[in-house]
Formats: sequence, C-alpha cells, structure tokens
Amino acid sequence: MSFLDFRRAVMNSLRSLRKNKSRSFLTMLGIIIGVAAVIMIMSLGAGAQSLILDQVEVLGSDLISITPGKSNKDEPPSSVMGIIITTLTYEDYEVINDQNRLPDLAAVAASVNGNVSLSWRDNSYDAAMEGTTASYFDVYGGEIEFGRFFNKEEEKNLAKVVVLGPTVKEELFGDSDALGQKIKINRQVFEVIGINKKRGKVMFSDFDGQIFVPVRSAQRLILGINHLNFVAAKAAPETEMAAVVEEISALLRDRHDISDSSGESDDFTVREAAEAIDMLRTITDAMKYFLAVMAALSLLVGGIGIMNIMFISVNERVREIGLRKAVGAKNSNIIWQFLIEAAVLTLVGGIIGIAVGALISFLASLVINFLGYSWAFRISFGSIILAVFTSGAIGIIFGYYPARRASRLSPVEALSYE
Amino acid sequence: MLIQIKNLIKNYQTDELITPVLHDLSFDIEAGEFVSIMGPSGSGKSTLMHILGLLDRPTEGSYKLNNREVGSLSDDQLAVYRNEKIGFVFQSFNLLPRTTVLENVELPLFYSAHHEHAAARAKKVLEAVGLGHRLDYYTNQISGGEKQRVAIARALVNDPDVIFADEPTGNLDSKSGIQIMEILQNLNEEGRTIILVTHETYTAEHAKRIIRLKDGKITSDHVVASRRRAKDGELLK
Repeated sequence: MSFLDFRRAVMNSLRSLRKNKSRSFLTMLGIIIGVAAVIMIMSLGAGAQSLILDQVEVLGSDLISITPGKSNKDEPPSSVMGIIITTLTYEDYEVINDQNRLPDLAAVAASVNGNVSLSWRDNSYDAAMEGTTASYFDVYGGEIEFGRFFNKEEEKNLAKVVVLGPTVKEELFGDSDALGQKIKINRQVFEVIGINKKRGKVMFSDFDGQIFVPVRSAQRLILGINHLNFVAAKAAPETEMAAVVEEISALLRDRHDISDSSGESDDFTVREAAEAIDMLRTITDAMKYFLAVMAALSLLVGGIGIMNIMFISVNERVREIGLRKAVGAKNSNIIWQFLIEAAVLTLVGGIIGIAVGALISFLASLVINFLGYSWAFRISFGSIILAVFTSGAIGIIFGYYPARRASRLSPVEALSYE
Repeated sequence: MLIQIKNLIKNYQTDELITPVLHDLSFDIEAGEFVSIMGPSGSGKSTLMHILGLLDRPTEGSYKLNNREVGSLSDDQLAVYRNEKIGFVFQSFNLLPRTTVLENVELPLFYSAHHEHAAARAKKVLEAVGLGHRLDYYTNQISGGEKQRVAIARALVNDPDVIFADEPTGNLDSKSGIQIMEILQNLNEEGRTIILVTHETYTAEHAKRIIRLKDGKITSDHVVASRRRAKDGELLK
C-alpha cells in the first residue's frame, strides 16, 4: 500500500466515522475512560509516592533510629502498634551521644511525645509536644526565626523553657509578642524563648504546630514518665552504617545487661532510616504497579468494547462492504478501512482520555493541596506515550478480527445480505 | 470478443448436498452488444450475472473476458478487473447512506489506480445522466429514479468495457423505469456493452438480443425482432 493509498484510506475512514458520529463516540467512550484512568492512576500514584518519599527523605538517609522494644526487621517498631515500652531512657541516650564511645555519630537527639494544653492569658490551644534534646536541629534540621533554642544546660536542669512552632505562636499569641512570655503547659509555667521558622510537614507530622521543650522537663514535669519514645542518630559523612548500627546495639546490650549478642533478646531496635525509605518505596511501587494493572484492565475492557462495536459496525455494513468489493475494493482495502477506523477511534479516544485524565488529576492535586499536603501534579511524558500507543495498539489488535471478517465476506453474499 | 463462455458449470455445495445452478453454458457476447439475460426466478440468471461480473467464480468451464481467461486470476486481480472493466447497476441501488451523490460516484475511483481528478470525472458522468443539479444531495434526499441514475453514473465513472444491470427497474415506478431504460439504450448507442438481467419480457425487449435461461440451461438465444424504444415508449422495427 503506497503512501497515497494510505492517505486516501485514512480520508475514507475519517469520512465514514464522521457520518456516524454517535456510533463513533460510543465506541470511543470505553477508550476515553480507560486512558483517562491510566493517566489519572499514573499521576496520582506518582503524586502519592512523592508525597510519602519526600516526607521521609527530607530527613536524609544517614539517620539511625533507636526505638524501645524488640521488633523484627520486616515489621514496624512495637511503639507504632501503640504498645508502651519503657526500656529506652535518657541515660541510654547519653551513652549513645558520648563522642568517645561512638565517634561516627555526628549528632543524636532523644524524643518523648505527648499532646498538651497550652494557655496564655485567655487563650488556650492544644498542641503536640516534642520533648527533645538541645541537639534537635542538628539531627532533624529546622531553624529558629526569633529568639533561640534551649541549650544543653537547660536540657539537663529541668529548665521550664519552650520553643514554639509558628502555627502555635499564631494561635496562642496572634500578633502579640511571644518571646519572654510565660505560658502554661498542662498547668506548668514555661517561658517562651524561641519561635521556629515555618517548615511544613515533616515525616507526616506538622512541624509548625508543635512545641519543643527540654526532654527531661517534658518527662518529669509534664508527662510524669522516665522513658524515651525515640532516639535518632545522625551518622557522620562516609560512615559505614551497618557497623554503626551494630556498635550502638552492642553498647545498649551492655547497658541493659543482655549477654545474647544475636539480637534475639534485645529490648530495643536499631535501624537505618534508609531501610525504612526502601521499604516505603517498595510499598509505594507495589501500589503504583497494582494501580497500573487495574488501569490496563480498564483499557482491555475498552478494547473489547471497540471489538464489539466494530463487529456491529461490520454487520450493519455488510451490503456496503459488498458494494465496495463490487466496484473494485480488494480485501486489503476493506481490512485497512476498518483497521484505520478502529485506530482513529482509539487514538482520538486516547487523546480525549489523556485530556480528561490530566484534568481530573489536576483537580485532585488542587483539592489535596487545599487539604494541606504538598502534592505535586505530575503527568509524566511516559504515561502519555504509553496511553497513546496502548490505545492505538488496542484499536489495531481488537479492530483486526472484525476487519478481517469484513474483508472475507463474499461479494455476492454481501450484496444480497438483508 | 468481449465475453466468451464455454461449458460453464456452477454448483452450490452445502455440506453433502450439491445443487447444480448452471449447466454447461456456452455463448459469446461481442463489444457493443445490448443483451438481456432473461428467466424466471431460480433460473440461474443472477448467478450467471455474478460470474460474468467477476463477483463469483464458475465451478467448471472457461470464461474469457477480452480474450483473457479469468479463472486463473487471483481475488485481487478480479477486484482490479471489476474496478476497471465492469460497472454494476443493482435493483436496490446500493448507494452508501449518509453520503452525497458526488461521493457515491467517486467511490470506484477511490479504489482505482487512476484516481486523479476524481471529483471532476464524477461530476461529468453525473451531468451525463442528468443529475448535475444534485451533486451535493444526500442519497436519502433524492427519488428512486434519481438513485438509479446515480448508480448508473457510478457504474460509468471508470469507463468500463461492460455494464451489468440487475433488474435495474425492479424497484421503480414505470415512468422512472422508462427513463433508466432510455439511459441504458443511449449508452449502448454510444458503443457501450450492456448486459441486462430481468425476468420481464417487456424490459428485456429493450435489448438487441435475449438469452433465455430456465433451470440453469439456455432455452433460446435470439435477436429481438421488435425492439422497444424507451424514448417514445414504443416498439422499434
């Protein structure tokens, strides 16, 4: 088939599709929905993955987490399950933080968490409290905007000082000056010494809506506990992570009088954050592929729809096929006519589907951003190419069988078909 | 010789049952003839036309078109022959729906190697059958007689050697039917070979020669003694 013949065949098919607008549209509908689903799912999948990974990766992959209680490598830490385990203490933190013992750690921060009620004059506000060490920013990043963070002295001496996240400052003080003011945290009076710079969500928690108090003050004065929820250590650059994890484990076993060095009897868990990131990436990848398979299935359904309508179209046009053969159409002309019709339908359907899918993804990203998550609207060029080629291929694959059946009709039988 | 048929046999086979339709036919048709193939329904006249028009193949026997044995041609070659050498006019018009008169007439050129100036050529033949004013009408907007004239224009557009007309007046009122017969007679007078298939003696007598079929056999083959002239609705001597 020469280019000119092909061009005429395309024109002929377009003409035939134009004559049957409603039938053409119905045929396309399956493909439009299928392709829109593919685009949407790929876009939402990419957005969700980036949301999850960005939250985790902002902390860096050189973090080591130490949590109380033993947990298997592939399971989440016990504390996530809501079990309170008290085996990790401030003294453990001090040992891990000892530069002489673990010179490969650049910074270590300990945390206890709780929800507290704040009040200042007539205003009150409930916020999440992070009881932590003076080294907090060295491990997690973040910046002070006004005033200062508490120091090592205040951390050790049960100082009643607090650093506010910008949202908390805004809620409690409005436009008033907060520095140097006394606020009540669960009836204990603390002095505001600093206000953090706005940062957004980190690790799914609202950094800006938290308050920060010295860890021992939080334990003793506010929560009335003696254990830690979490210790995070940041490794120095170019550190062999696995070795440090093992060193920390050995140190804690020694402190906790655990003689079993296999890890079976540990009452703590030491993990690299990179492992967690990898685990999350595996989960989100699996989610993305699962969704892609669902989308592919919907395209398949669309393709079968095309095949159905093509069969109906062939049946409706048996006499037309007979006539075309009588005036000189070869079998190949008939095949091409129906194949091109199917391909044009699916391609046009695919393009409309891309537009619809992109629009829906865009609206979804607006809504999600409005809800306070940083959600990137991403349409990858790859997903568009994939959608266009898949829909075109579906048109040709599912159009071929009806087209071949049309081309094989005997002209005599086709002409006398009622 | 335009058409040479020798010992042509056509059987239809369904499962074990073989139904003979045409028995050992032999005849010639020369270029420029106007032949009616006549017979009652079931006589095999349509089957014969389909074979002559290269829409169907004989079971046995020889068919030479323009001195070329067509039995050995492939399906694609037959399609080219139908496109270039044969024009069809059907009882039920067989025009494409939702398509203009002009587009219908262009259709054979679309499958032709000579498709340049398709619109101009289609327009010219439409004017020749008196439909120059209907070019952009859709086929559902014109009368039956006009539809059949569109079909004749379509048959003519690729300048064929022979036109097959299968009961061309069967779906028409008598006035339109006469107009169609007049066009066919005029075309024959311009030198075109016309083969008319009909069961009506009256219509058949517009041709110059009648081949009568019954039960798949030729019962007579003779020149029309008193030919009918469509123009005046009268007999010609």
